[in-house]
Order: sequence, then structure tokens, then C-alpha cells
Amino acid sequence: MTEIAFTTAAFNQFLAEHKLMASRCVECGALALPPRAICVACHGDRLEWVEMVGKGKLAAFTWIYVGPTFMNAEGFSRTNPYCTGIVELDEGVKISARLLGVDPKNPGAIKIGTPMTVEFLERGAGEEKRTFLAFRAE
Amino acid sequence: MTQRKLGRGVAIVGAGMSKFGAFPDKTSRDLFVEAFKEMRASIDKGFDPEIIETLYLGNYSSDLFEKQGHTAPIMADAVGLTPRPATRVEDACASGGVALRLGVLAVASGMYDVVLVGGVERMTKLPTAEVTDTLGSAGDTLYETPAGFTFPGFYAAMATAYMHRYGMTPEHLMSVAIKNHANGALNPKAQFGVSIPDWMEQRVQAALKKGKPAPTWKSISDFLHDDAANPMIAYPLRLFDCSPITDGAACLLLVAAERAREFTDQPIHIIGVGQASDAALHYRADLTTLRAARVAVQDAYAMAGVTARDIRIAEVHDCFTIAEVIATEDMEFFAPGTGFKMAQEGVTARDGAKPINTSGGLKSKGHPVGASGVAQTIEIWKQMRGEAGARQVKGDIPLALTHNVGGTGQTAVVHIYERKG
Repeated sequence: MTEIAFTTAAFNQFLAEHKLMASRCVECGALALPPRAICVACHGDRLEWVEMVGKGKLAAFTWIYVGPTFMNAEGFSRTNPYCTGIVELDEGVKISARLLGVDPKNPGAIKIGTPMTVEFLERGAGEEKRTFLAFRAE
Repeated sequence: MTQRKLGRGVAIVGAGMSKFGAFPDKTSRDLFVEAFKEMRASIDKGFDPEIIETLYLGNYSSDLFEKQGHTAPIMADAVGLTPRPATRVEDACASGGVALRLGVLAVASGMYDVVLVGGVERMTKLPTAEVTDTLGSAGDTLYETPAGFTFPGFYAAMATAYMHRYGMTPEHLMSVAIKNHANGALNPKAQFGVSIPDWMEQRVQAALKKGKPAPTWKSISDFLHDDAANPMIAYPLRLFDCSPITDGAACLLLVAAERAREFTDQPIHIIGVGQASDAALHYRADLTTLRAARVAVQDAYAMAGVTARDIRIAEVHDCFTIAEVIATEDMEFFAPGTGFKMAQEGVTARDGAKPINTSGGLKSKGHPVGASGVAQTIEIWKQMRGEAGARQVKGDIPLALTHNVGGTGQTAVVHIYERKG
């Protein structure tokens, strides 16, 4: 799969195919998620795509009550907050993602370390269609 | 680590800032002129602005906030400095601190003797949702923004990681807000220069005046837990955990140390500088510290030949209460996982062993992002010269520090100040 460039467009295309893909340095084996075009561990530029299993645990989270315009457009607001955070995958890398399966009425109940499983959220239609990365608490 | 040093000494001989707040009728240039005039008046022996050789200006995003790009020559022109070189510096909320660093390097290089350092941001013209978007763009718009992260959200996420690891509670964070508002109440330049108890009393009086039922908070804690008075912004951070949206500007005059006495008998010397960068939050091994701040301060301490113990006071980047807790650990004042206890026990209060943010910090003084790094230095300047009025720290202040952070810690810049003689 080395013929696919290590770009955000490629990462997002993989998301649309419901694959969470990282890059791995052929030289030193370092994994990077989000993928990188140059290895920051050894500066090597020979990389390969690797699919993540999609399992991990919660590293950090927050409930957003005052959101950016694009999330407000999805219907979120002060009275309808959403949860987002950082998940550490079993492969050892971390990624920012929306978090599902958590209770907005009890924001403090979520525990760091909770097992999480990847989900792919489809938003918009036609040309506007986009797939967002999410994780669901198990 | 390479031991870096300045090519020659650099001193601050003048400092001034605009009032911080929300000013619908003031543009960036109005604010900058206000700061410049105060800076000019602060120079003990007077000076002719004609001798200024160049300007470094911290500004995060006049483009998005005011639809005005190319801000440095506009500010230079507003104070009569063209055709001198004018350079805008953008490193998010560290823009001002990095502008100062470039000014220091410009003097230390020997190229310039007299350098104006400024910072300006006019934020309140935009609706809050668009300010949220603009500040959020200091994160990674390709990989963090799609997850719905906002600026408070990033620091809130760090707070949850910190709480889990060290047992901190949201109540500990409130003690930072209470302290910084108490300090800001003594700062006439502060946007929210009112203590939290006075704020509560004002709310009660306002309700009574309108003939509405007055709030019945039994304590500060009661008020801070009130979802109506102190709404959640990004769990666990509430309104009073967040710095406000602010308009403001700040200016410093830097000169070669050997010329400082031409301007004042009380110059403040910059003896250590450090700056570092880092990746987006999810790439970092540890979410409870800012690696860039640790690298920057180690460089600054090494250059200055001092340690954290030697620093008498500091202005740190409290864009959120959790940021101050982490900053006091990153600056090595306190061990990892203990900063929140120090805040709660009063160690960081104005009369504590290590006063932090005597100005009121970004939290109470306000956070016009590109100006904040410069304004931090103004507080140090005032405190070290004994000119901080009602909020003056008691005793001698031979050494002080500023810590200014951009984004989620992708930029950090630290300066160390000495009052010689």
C-alpha cells in the first residue's frame, strides 16, 4: 500500500472506507497516528500504511458546552453538549475523536482508562458527505 | 543540551499597556497607540521615539478577528515609526512572548540598540462562536478540529487526565480563579478586576435593583457550582475557569544594557530566554505537562544561571485554571502533581512563598491573545520596580519569570528577569 501518499486526504479516504490507518516507518518501525510523511523518531521517509484494530482506552475527555460553528450546526448547544477526547489505541498511539456511549447528564462519571471501540460517523450528504472518527465506550 | 547565551545584555527601560476589556469603539490601532503612549510616559528620563530602530509585534489573528492583515506596518505607522522594519509575529497566544524574544535577540545580536516590542489583539468584535472557531484554529484543524475540540476543550481534556492521575478536583481549580480574581481586583488595567466575593455581591445588588429574586449563594463555592452563574464551558472547566475574550495592547522598550542608564536608573534586565515547540496534543506521551514549556524553561534557567528556587514571582499563562496548575509544575516551582495543592494552600497567593500572577493573570486581567505575552512582562516590570501599587509584593524581587504558551503548548516561551543594583 506504499503507493498511497501519506496525506490527510488519504487518511480521510480511508476513514470513508471505515478504516483507521496509521503510518509506520520502514526504517525504525515507529508508528504514527495521525499518519506522517516523515518519521519524527528517525527522520526516515520510507513509510507504510498500517490499519489499526480500533480498540483502545480513554486517555482524556471533555464535554463541550460552547462549541464551534460546525458542531452547533449539527445541533449541539449549551443544553445539548457533546463529548470528545483522546483515545490511546492498543497499538500505543493516540488520536483525537468524538466519544459515544457516554451520558451527558453525568459528565464526571466517565473514567479515564475506559475501553473504547472505533466507530465511523457519516455526516452530510452528496459532495458534503464526510466521515468522522469516533470511539464508543464499551 | 547546547548552552546558549545572549551576545550582549538586554534591558527593559519602558513599559505600558492599554486598559484591557471589551471596547466596541476601539480598533487595534487605537489600543496600540494607548499602550505606546503609556510606555513612552514610563521612561524615567524621557526619550524621543525617533531613536526606535525596529518593531516586533505579537498578533495572533487580526485577519480573522478584524478582517485586517499585515498588522505590523499599520501599528508602526500609527505611532510614527515607518519606514523602520516592522515584523508581525504569530505563535497563537504566545505571539507576544515570541515577539519579545525576537526583540531580545535583535538587541543581543548587536544589530539594534533600541527596539519596540508590542502586542495587540482586538477580539470582541466577532460573535463568540466565531471567536471559538478562531481560537480553535490554533490547534490542528486537520486532525483535532474534526473531533469537535475547542480551545477550552483541549485544556479541559488535559484537566481530566490530570485529575485522574493526581486526584485533583474541580474545586482545586476554583482556588486558582479565586486567587487570580483577588489579584486582578487590585489591577486598574484588568478586564474583570473584581474579586469573586465582590462579583457575587454585585450580582445580588443587580437582581435587587431589578426587583428580581436575589441569588442565595451561601459561599464562594456555592456560587462557583451554580450552573446559571458559572456555566459549564467544557467539562470540567466552567466560565470562571476560563480567561475572557479581550481587546488590548501592550508595549515594551528594549535597549542594549550598556545604554540602559540613558533611559532609567531602574532598568530590568532580561538574562534568560527559552522557546520550544511541540506537536498536537494527541501525539504527546504525557497529557499532564507541556513538554515545550519544560524545554523552554530549562534553556532559560541554564542561560540565566539560576534555578526555579531563585525566582521570587512569576506571571504564567493561565488561559485556563488548569493551565496555571500545570505551568507552576512545568516551571519547576512545584513537583508534578502538587501544583493544585500549592494553589489551594495559598503558596501562590500574593503573600505566599511563590506569588503567581499578581496581575490577576489572563484569567482576571484579560487575554487579548497577541498582547498577553507582552503584558505579562509589564507586571514583572512594575513589581520589580516597586510600582505595582496595592498589589505590590512585599520584599525584594531580584529575579522573576514569565511563561507564555501558544495553543495547547505547541509553543512555549519563557523569559527570566533580573533587577541589578
